Amino acid sequence: MSTATPAQTKKNAEPTTPAGKAADYLDQRTSIGVAVKEFARKIFPDHWSFMLGEIALFSFVVLLITGVFLALFFQPSMALVTWEGKLPQLHGQLMSAAFASTLDISFSVRGGLLMRQIHHWSALIFMAAIVVHMMRVFFTGAFRKPRELNWLVGATLMILGLAAGFSGYSLPDDVLSGNGLRIADGVVLSIPIIGSYMSYFLFGGEFPGEHIIARLFTVHILLVPGLILALVGLHLFLMVLHKHTQYPGGGRTDKNVVGFPAFPVYVAKMGGNFFFIFGVLALMGATMAINTVWNYGPFDPSPVSAGAQPDWYMLFLEGALRLMPGQAEIVTWGGYTLSLNVLVPAVIVPGILFTFLLAYPFLEAKVTGDHREHHVLDRPRNVPTRTGLGVAFLTAFIILALAGSNDLIATHFHLSINEITWIFRVLIFLGPWFAFWVTKRLCLGLQRKDRELVLHGHESGRIVRFASGEYIEVHTPLDEQERWLRVNYEAHKPLELAPAADSRGVKRKGYSTEKRWHRLSRFFFEDRIEPVTPAELAAAHGAHGHEAIEAQHDEHAALPAGAQRADQER
Amino acid sequence: MKALAARRHHRAAPVVLLLLALLVTGGVYAAFAPSPAEAATTSTSDIQTGKELFQANCATCHGPAAEGTANAPSLVGVGAAAVDFQVSTGRMPMAMDGPQAQAKPRQMNEAQTQALAAYVASLGAGPAIPTDEMVDPSKGDPANGMALFRTNCAMCHNAVGAGGALSEGKFAPSLMQTSNRNIYQAMLTGPQSMPVFNDANITPEGKRDIIAFLDQQHQGSAGGLDLGSLGPVSEGLWAWVVGLAIMIGGAIWIGAKSS
Repeated sequence: MSTATPAQTKKNAEPTTPAGKAADYLDQRTSIGVAVKEFARKIFPDHWSFMLGEIALFSFVVLLITGVFLALFFQPSMALVTWEGKLPQLHGQLMSAAFASTLDISFSVRGGLLMRQIHHWSALIFMAAIVVHMMRVFFTGAFRKPRELNWLVGATLMILGLAAGFSGYSLPDDVLSGNGLRIADGVVLSIPIIGSYMSYFLFGGEFPGEHIIARLFTVHILLVPGLILALVGLHLFLMVLHKHTQYPGGGRTDKNVVGFPAFPVYVAKMGGNFFFIFGVLALMGATMAINTVWNYGPFDPSPVSAGAQPDWYMLFLEGALRLMPGQAEIVTWGGYTLSLNVLVPAVIVPGILFTFLLAYPFLEAKVTGDHREHHVLDRPRNVPTRTGLGVAFLTAFIILALAGSNDLIATHFHLSINEITWIFRVLIFLGPWFAFWVTKRLCLGLQRKDRELVLHGHESGRIVRFASGEYIEVHTPLDEQERWLRVNYEAHKPLELAPAADSRGVKRKGYSTEKRWHRLSRFFFEDRIEPVTPAELAAAHGAHGHEAIEAQHDEHAALPAGAQRADQER
Repeated sequence: MKALAARRHHRAAPVVLLLLALLVTGGVYAAFAPSPAEAATTSTSDIQTGKELFQANCATCHGPAAEGTANAPSLVGVGAAAVDFQVSTGRMPMAMDGPQAQAKPRQMNEAQTQALAAYVASLGAGPAIPTDEMVDPSKGDPANGMALFRTNCAMCHNAVGAGGALSEGKFAPSLMQTSNRNIYQAMLTGPQSMPVFNDANITPEGKRDIIAFLDQQHQGSAGGLDLGSLGPVSEGLWAWVVGLAIMIGGAIWIGAKSS
């Protein structure tokens, strides 16, 4: 062992464990150590709501894994075959190869039904997690500069998720999904002028044709997942680039991130969360039947069964179609039919909803006139109009989804489906407005409560009697953290409107546009509760004399402070 | 006795004993087995009892001679099957007016129902109560039944017969608890909003195939809990209230773990 001595001296620099050696091998060839070190030390703030996006990401991973399995057995063909499988109710029936292979996956392939069910449950959870994650981002204002583009990426991912879901549940070629395709065909047909050509283009002839399943298969396993993967990559890259937002609290500013390093804290938490989510999805797939295509039967354009609805994330479209009165179908000059009864609910309503979602960050940036970067999240109550708009949006979405389930509501609550439909027709206009109003008022009330707390402190339940006979309850002042949370926000004021004419009395160009933005800005910020300023706090405390009372001094200035406080809040 | 004891080792003894045992088992079974409900043979006394029951319980709405009134249809010619369906499911006599007669615990026992059916059948020719053989699911073909059900029944009763809504508070009831005989009678007589599927429309064999398909649904489905067999709406609801709720709970739990 003559070489032992030189090796001993080099030992400090060289790794000894197999993992270390492998890492070193990789690092010497790729310099990946720099990136790993950077990423492992990256700080993320700690909050459970930051894991909602993870739920979506991990259910997407489960979708990919189970989807690969299903693609090994599925035949995207509409060729007619006779199924000789063992389920008596479909044995010997004529059906498409797509439906037959779905039945084979369910009844012949080992573990096939479990995989199908995990795949479908994961799809429902994927969309639900995306919606909840978007709600978190929206209500906390995480879409503000510099993250507007990432909001767009996220919203696009949500729309792609809808496309993935729709193309996926149409693949088995059963009666229920065929009904959904027929609705999609109807929506395409309702588009003026190009509609009928588009329909022939999509289906390769008259619906249902012989091509749609193969085309949807390509969309479902190649096009949409590819786009989703790419955008997920971009989404996460931007998240790392911008650094993660953090909830307001002591010491947290727009210039720092307070939290823990990715390694080992978040690597462990994310790993745990992944297995937890995979476990829940597997349990759901194992115990709860989903999309029982063998009950719906092979597709045939004639039958439609009661309770024919799409998966939950498309239910709002179904609801919009169910609410729209059929009389809106009009025949224009020249004998052309304009199917407003389909066009409005299936194209214009979702168009409005998606436009709102995509445009909102830019709209809010415009009406605040705020060009600074924000990394500390808003408490929803501190931006009452945004919170109100978000709740109004969700209300509209939920009302439409309920309208899409109106037949089930009717049977389960013994109501008349006609009355339910009429109630929803009214509610779709009144509900969002009412939800906005209530939410905004609640937010303003909560803000007033915060002011009250900051200025007055907590009720202590301790009653002190002065020598003069006056009774007073002693309030405990808030500690630093509590106060920081309640005063450290910005109540935007409406934009200032420059005069209509310039100094020489000439009408300014663009004044009317500015006026419209100004009006919108007033709608957003006219009602606002300003945070307590240090001066107010000092005044309230000085005048109120909590500390003085604690020190057993005789103080009579408590009453004027209350009057003054009312003054400040106006 | 001695002669018997002497012959117990006879080579034919096991065979004789086996035959005796079979005879006893068969005899006991024949004596105690539930006898299949026999279609009541119509007799004049049945018709008379039925008439009395009718006048006490049904005549208020259907008229003293079942000729119908402004509130209720004539029952002349509806047949015994219609009476048996309506009365044995408790829909008639009706408890209260409403969008449609609700199924409820039956008010008349089997004998009374048969008497009423005999009386109404005597008023005019109509569909008779199907025999047990006509509604025996084991004799039907579920595959043909499913095809027939999908084209004729599923648009109101849902793909597997879980029920569905009709206009103005009316509904197609769930068939999950419905007896085979009642399913057949409903197709034959078209109660409430349901159309009549006469034997030219769906043959008696076709009806039996449908019953065979529904019988399969009553035995449950592959894949686990059926969540009411209501389709994507209930699946979506469960995805939110069970799946996502547990995952958010998990996120809160993991988030609360010390870092």
